[in-house]
Amino acid sequence: MAVIFEKTKGLTDVKLHYCPGCAHGIVHRLVAEVLEEMNELQNTISCVPVGCAVFANNYFNFDAIQCAHGRAPATATGIKRVHPDKIVMTYQGDGDLASIGTCEIVHAAARGEKITTIFINNGIYGMTGGQMAPTTLPGMKATTAQKGRDPKINGNPLRVSEMLATLTGPAYIERVSISTPAQVAAAKKAIKKAFEIQKQGLGFTFVEVVSTCPTNWGLTPVQAMEFVREKMIPYYPLGVFKDITAEEGK
Amino acid sequence: MAKVLMKGNEAVGKAAIEAGCRYFFGYPITPQSEVPEYLSNELPKVGGTFVQAESEVAAINMVYGAAAAGARVLTSSSSPGIALKQEGLGYIANASLPAVIINMMRGGPGLGTIQPGQADYNMAVKGGSNGDYHTVVLAPASVQEAVNMVMEAFDIADMYGTPVVILADGLIGQMMEPVEFNYVRREGIPEKTWALTGKGDGERHNIKNLVIDPDDCEAWNHEHFETYEKIVANEQDWEEYLLDDAEYAFVSYGTASRVVRTAIGYLREAGFKVGMLRPKTLWPFPQKAFDKWDGKLKKYMDVEMSMGQMMPDVAYACNDKNKVEFYGRTGGNVPSVDEIVEFGKKVMGGDK
Amino acid sequence: MSTFSSIIAGFGGQGSLLMGKIMAYSGMLEGKEVSWCPSYGPEMRGGTANVNVIISEEGIGSPVITKDADCVVALNQPSLDKFAPVVRAGGALVINADLCHMNNVQVADGVKVYEIPANKIAADAFGGFKLANLVMLGAVVYATHAVKVDGMDDTFAHVFEGGKAKFIPNNKKAFELGYKYAEENCK
Repeated sequence: MAVIFEKTKGLTDVKLHYCPGCAHGIVHRLVAEVLEEMNELQNTISCVPVGCAVFANNYFNFDAIQCAHGRAPATATGIKRVHPDKIVMTYQGDGDLASIGTCEIVHAAARGEKITTIFINNGIYGMTGGQMAPTTLPGMKATTAQKGRDPKINGNPLRVSEMLATLTGPAYIERVSISTPAQVAAAKKAIKKAFEIQKQGLGFTFVEVVSTCPTNWGLTPVQAMEFVREKMIPYYPLGVFKDITAEEGK
Repeated sequence: MAKVLMKGNEAVGKAAIEAGCRYFFGYPITPQSEVPEYLSNELPKVGGTFVQAESEVAAINMVYGAAAAGARVLTSSSSPGIALKQEGLGYIANASLPAVIINMMRGGPGLGTIQPGQADYNMAVKGGSNGDYHTVVLAPASVQEAVNMVMEAFDIADMYGTPVVILADGLIGQMMEPVEFNYVRREGIPEKTWALTGKGDGERHNIKNLVIDPDDCEAWNHEHFETYEKIVANEQDWEEYLLDDAEYAFVSYGTASRVVRTAIGYLREAGFKVGMLRPKTLWPFPQKAFDKWDGKLKKYMDVEMSMGQMMPDVAYACNDKNKVEFYGRTGGNVPSVDEIVEFGKKVMGGDK
Repeated sequence: MSTFSSIIAGFGGQGSLLMGKIMAYSGMLEGKEVSWCPSYGPEMRGGTANVNVIISEEGIGSPVITKDADCVVALNQPSLDKFAPVVRAGGALVINADLCHMNNVQVADGVKVYEIPANKIAADAFGGFKLANLVMLGAVVYATHAVKVDGMDDTFAHVFEGGKAKFIPNNKKAFELGYKYAEENCK
């Protein structure tokens, strides 16, 4: 009998704790599949965040460390400097990366640390229960902005990919999403490219994934995917913001 | 190796290299900036790596990563910078990782002053991060002792899987004294079989910090405290200065103890039978020294460059708070010999 | 003399820290315990800079000198005013007489004052004040015998290592001029 689908060896058999419709499961699988395809599961060390993905270290079937909130890029720097020949990644959410850890991500990118960051942007704090994130859209409701985010009171969201693309250190920055099968395929391609560029030692690589949080958005999984397409992506446009390999090819 | 005259801040950097440390992550702050300056030059010469981090917070988390990756790793700072490192220190302690952290203390709180202080005793000894944990705290009183303790710190850290803090001050960092470097690695340091190296053909390594089930988290804490018990049993260290015939003892550490030593000379000349019990480890506190001498001593005279942060530990160690008198200067001031002589005379009963 | 303690003080840039370093190095090369303890901080940039140097045959207690200094070296008036009272009875006070004076300065009994026109001596020999600190150091060594004169070559070789070796001849000459001046004028 022909095998038409097999679970990636890059994930353990531990049951995921994520909510129905959450995109973490998809992105975990993409990361794991890519590393398996690259034959790098045995050479990869992952730095997992504080937030919903705090248990990713139990799901990734490769070396892992749980980092302090926002500090994964610093911890990854320490690891990569000791093991420059390994693949080192951080996997971070928006509260972790774009709020408390803004300093660490900006400077890891500026130094051109040869690590890969997978950035899950779902516009909300998931783990702590729906508080406003640095990426919460204007007008979007959160438990700490119950009438919806008012930029006059709460400030404006951060577009991290665009911001990091202004730096010299990054080699590759792309924003992708997972709200359609085509987007999932494109996301996988971007993740693979990021790891390949890391392997070539060209610099910092960053893939932002515009994601869902149906539970804290108060939407069904299907509605959440629609929200990504209709509200999130217009504010966080998909695309490549930096790619030194393409620039070299020109 | 012949003695060389070196500034404390540079000497501790060299000591780290001699002890096999090849990674330093830090951020400039007076009065310890010569540590990163020195290591930025010297580490590349031995194939090591120096990273000037964007903040002390980032630096300690880089240390967390490098320690998890199996390296001997150092960071250094001074009081306000060490305050920033407390979060990471707690994570390192919780993950039972070895690392060495140097604090060239200055006066505080807050931005305080850049002159030497000892008011980070509580932060270092009582734990400035959250949760139940300890770090080993070594308190050098000279540049040579700082060198020896840095070397020893790497061994202790690897032996028990714990961060080790070198609690010195700006004076020791800025001062030059003759030093020599004779590192002899301790016996019995375990292999780092847990280190993150990529799993290769073996089992993956997973360094955790979140232990969400309270029973698991409690068991995890108990495991740490079993290690701490071993450290308390094995690692207490202190100096006994002129205690044989002493009726009174100063208790003082680091730079303050240097001034006390001179003051004891004057007090002895004046006929007082006085010596000093100088803790070299602040955690574990040298209980054994107090057990040994307590019966002979009428009073303990605690001298610190703080408002008396060590005093409760002295009172606990001798089990009699009425036996402990305190004199201190704070905010970056070093007590003078005269002040300590006068304090000693007052406690010991006036002029002889 | 089992322990020698000195404070060397002046404006930042006058070379007090280097003077102290040379003394400490000499003591160390003679096999003694030494400590070199500087003031530090913003005042170093053009403000006052002082260093406490102790040379001892036994372990050194306080590296900070607050009383009973065997010697104070003052390179400017504020330093003289501040540290003259710290010299012990019978100790030595060595001042750069071109930059400070003893008017209204109180000292303990028997303190011997060495007034050295170090700027003039340096200017006459080298056409500038830069080496006035080494002139002063020569006078200090004559005044205190804190370190051995015949060990100075060895000391200079350690302090001015590598590319700095070219500075040795003039530093040595300045040292000798200061020593000689004190010998001839401060009996």
